[in-house]
Amino acid sequence: MKPIVAVAAIALATFPASVAVGADHVVHVYNWSDYVGEGVLEDFTKQTGIQVVYDVYDSNEVLETKLLAGGSGYDVVVPSATNFARMIAAGVFQKVDKSKIPNLANMWDAIQQRLATYDPGNEYAVNYMWGTTAIGYNEGKILERMPDAPVDSWDMIFKPEVVSKFRDCGVHLLDSPDDILPAALNYLGLNPDSKDPADIEKAGALVASIAPNVQKFHSSEYINALANGDICLAVGYSGDVLQARDRADEADNNVTVVYSIPKEGALMWFDSFGIPADAPNPEAAHAFINFMQDAEIAARNSNYVYYANGNKASQPLLDEEVIGDPAIYPDEATLQKLFTTTPNDPQTQRVITRAWTRVKTGG
Amino acid sequence: MSGGPDNGAAAPGGRAGRRGARWLVLAIPYLWLLVFFLVPFFIVLKISLSMTALAMPPYVPVFDLAKGIDNVVAGIRQFTTDNYVWLIEDALYVRAYLSSLWIAAVSTFLLLVVGYPIAYGMARAPRRWQAMLVMMVILPFWTSFLIRVYAWIGILKKEGLLNQMLLALGVIDDPLTILNTNTAVYIGIVYSYLPFMVLPLYAALERMDDTLLEAAADLGCPPVQAFWKITFPLSMPGVIAGCFLVFIPVTGEFVIPDLLGGSETLMIGKTLWAEFFANRDWPVSSAVAVVLLVILVVPIVLFQNQEAKRAEREGR
Repeated sequence: MKPIVAVAAIALATFPASVAVGADHVVHVYNWSDYVGEGVLEDFTKQTGIQVVYDVYDSNEVLETKLLAGGSGYDVVVPSATNFARMIAAGVFQKVDKSKIPNLANMWDAIQQRLATYDPGNEYAVNYMWGTTAIGYNEGKILERMPDAPVDSWDMIFKPEVVSKFRDCGVHLLDSPDDILPAALNYLGLNPDSKDPADIEKAGALVASIAPNVQKFHSSEYINALANGDICLAVGYSGDVLQARDRADEADNNVTVVYSIPKEGALMWFDSFGIPADAPNPEAAHAFINFMQDAEIAARNSNYVYYANGNKASQPLLDEEVIGDPAIYPDEATLQKLFTTTPNDPQTQRVITRAWTRVKTGG
Repeated sequence: MSGGPDNGAAAPGGRAGRRGARWLVLAIPYLWLLVFFLVPFFIVLKISLSMTALAMPPYVPVFDLAKGIDNVVAGIRQFTTDNYVWLIEDALYVRAYLSSLWIAAVSTFLLLVVGYPIAYGMARAPRRWQAMLVMMVILPFWTSFLIRVYAWIGILKKEGLLNQMLLALGVIDDPLTILNTNTAVYIGIVYSYLPFMVLPLYAALERMDDTLLEAAADLGCPPVQAFWKITFPLSMPGVIAGCFLVFIPVTGEFVIPDLLGGSETLMIGKTLWAEFFANRDWPVSSAVAVVLLVILVVPIVLFQNQEAKRAEREGR
């Protein structure tokens, strides 16, 4: 889950259609921006002779809308799990032909099992990266305002008397009810996957109670804002916050960004490869997915983007600062606390949408 | 379409040919309107009468002409006005429309206040500078609109240029929170739409006959009074054109409130985006768009009338 970055332009510029190739030797990949290791796509072309036309997006919404409209022309896309599940139901994807992806043997069963809540039998989705949705904060500014800030707890966000202390330095929440409401439900001690309208109302009311302290609901601006020290607290995706942390380090601007998975638990997300039903070149799509699940390639990707992957075989090849970082690969105890949600039926979705709209507009 | 004055006359061949050519010329803009406005509008209207569904595309019914006319008729029977009822029932949409109209009205007023002196200065400047001044008003268009709005994030944010400057000058002690508020939205709108206000004002002021002001001065009218009695009324066509040119697009503005606005900013463009992309509710977002169009038709028709009247006056 990545922002618009210049890397998109670079990635596109790196793969000019220098060689005239037939349509069956091109794979159209639509992925999150800044989401593959350096040189990985070139190596794929070297190994298979298939050219990669690589295109990037920065939000699930844009991807899903394009796919629902049909005829997107992409062979491989990488949506997050809740969107993936909904699109399977809408008939967007074709089943993956497992015989064409021998590297599926490398997959991590712990991730496969969780992903199966969205895609029973792992028939459509092949996990690429996964992570959590939790709290990112500017250590200096938070401790200055509240030396004993409960940074290991959702109290940071959902307790009005705590979060109001950080109102003046900027609080951002993801503009995504699918991410924020489960965290609120979990905080209230309710089932984070509850479909009961009464529970959803309660979660909505909780978020509404702290909304006056929220400067902005936005799903990508917090990365830059955290890195530059413009805001001091955000609920965001693990990889994005870690990216903000690295940018702040590089900029050497006295900003220290920390990512914290609260002790109450957090939502897991999964970005997975899928092949649209109307993909022009499904053969090449399978070859691409197989290549990306090669243990060494998966490790190269994770070592570059700092996300955990769903490839068990790649783990011995990961850098210590990736596999050893509990913010990326949480320890077993934390992993047990992480939760997933199941897709919503249209009625529940409307209840959620309404609750969310009320949160954002103070209605 | 209005018929020609020579309707029904037994026209000789040459005249008929000319008439055909005239119809052809007329047909081009109408065809343009049909293909790029009416057809898309009816598609949006059709979706707004559909129901949301977990499918590709995410609504039903979908007309498939290949399945014959029965398929279309059956589809039309399924049309529903539920989405419009939903817009009225949920106070959010009414509030978003009203808030957009309010933001557009305030922005238009601010643009007029800022734009008028600029246009006035340009029109009063020596002739040889004027072409260059017009050029300078247009110059910002050479940079992408999106990039210019992004640049305002850098200027307005807490650690941004503006706060740094004010802090350094000692005007303020704590950085101001401007970004992600409605103030930032107004700044963005006034900045982005200024040329659309200045150019029609300049065109009106530049045409003005200076001897009228000389006559007023000769007759003992003080300059301020002369401005309100002569200059301003004569620039009215420019004021009206400028106001409509900014009011209409600002009402549906999306990029500026999204990038510069915060959680307090409620505009219909953002609501529409959320319905379409985040909620995947194409029927409701289409209904929002249709209602927005209907709301904007009122000022557009007023503007057209004004323009037609002016053309008539000036034509005689």
